[in-house]
Amino acid sequence: MKSLADLEAIRARTLENINMRKDEDACRVVIGMATCGIAAGARPVMLAFMEEIAKRNLKHVTVSQTGCIGMCRYEPMLDVILPGQEKVTYIHVKPEMVPRIVSEHIVNGHPVEEYTIGAAKD
Amino acid sequence: MRDLSLHLLDLAQNSITAGAKLVTIRIRLEDGGMLTMELEDDGKGMSPELLERVTSPFATTRTTRKVGLGIPMMKENAEKAGGSFRLESEEGRGTRLTASMDTRNIDCLPLGDLQGTLLSLMLTNPLHPDFLFEGRTPKGACSFDTREVRKALGSDIPFNEPAVAEWLREALEEEMNPIFGGVLL
Repeated sequence: MKSLADLEAIRARTLENINMRKDEDACRVVIGMATCGIAAGARPVMLAFMEEIAKRNLKHVTVSQTGCIGMCRYEPMLDVILPGQEKVTYIHVKPEMVPRIVSEHIVNGHPVEEYTIGAAKD
Repeated sequence: MRDLSLHLLDLAQNSITAGAKLVTIRIRLEDGGMLTMELEDDGKGMSPELLERVTSPFATTRTTRKVGLGIPMMKENAEKAGGSFRLESEEGRGTRLTASMDTRNIDCLPLGDLQGTLLSLMLTNPLHPDFLFEGRTPKGACSFDTREVRKALGSDIPFNEPAVAEWLREALEEEMNPIFGGVLL
């Protein structure tokens, strides 16, 4: 296994981040990862979010999972919840779409309308 | 499901929902080409009645609708690839799922991105449960134990913190690539 000693330094750095974070700035990304979501490709989408968040060093964003919400034909689906705004649901999300959702919506506050459930044609 | 690693990601969720503290995943590839996948947990287990009907697509613990496809699809994919499927469970003790497949069979699903599955499990369950992975192929053996990671990192730091996530990704790659890299991927 990779050196566990590195984790001590990571712990110190991470604790600092956690303490600096304020609840009111928190942004949440919630990805559907039930059987339907996983089969449709939710895993690479989740990993793409983690990668993009790390790349941009976004400390206030957390990624979590949820189960099946009953619209399996739209999977992979995810919600972006920004403080003080209504939640936005994205559908048929592919890893290539993630950098745009992060930069336009999470960083700049403008949902990517064409990817949202509101733009669904069926 | 397109590959076995996705089945694993899906089935592990059952263990987590069952309140497991430790989820153990074992993957073994024999010289002859038989692949065995084992998922063991110390969750609440199933009653003999539930165990009996859980391989039916019309059995689920879900209350929102009446179908549950994860287990039946795994069973079908194992059996059609010249393998077998077994589910053992005891209430209060836990559950063990074993699926085997013949990788020489044309209907055998590829193994897929095993590291991606393990990383996803850790990132979406950032504080608990713990995961133990043990893999063996003709190239050798590897293992990964999140209890060791938590001991070094401190159990109050969630795995989905970016710096931790990056460490986990690299550690998994380093540990697993020599054993699973290029095998059935």
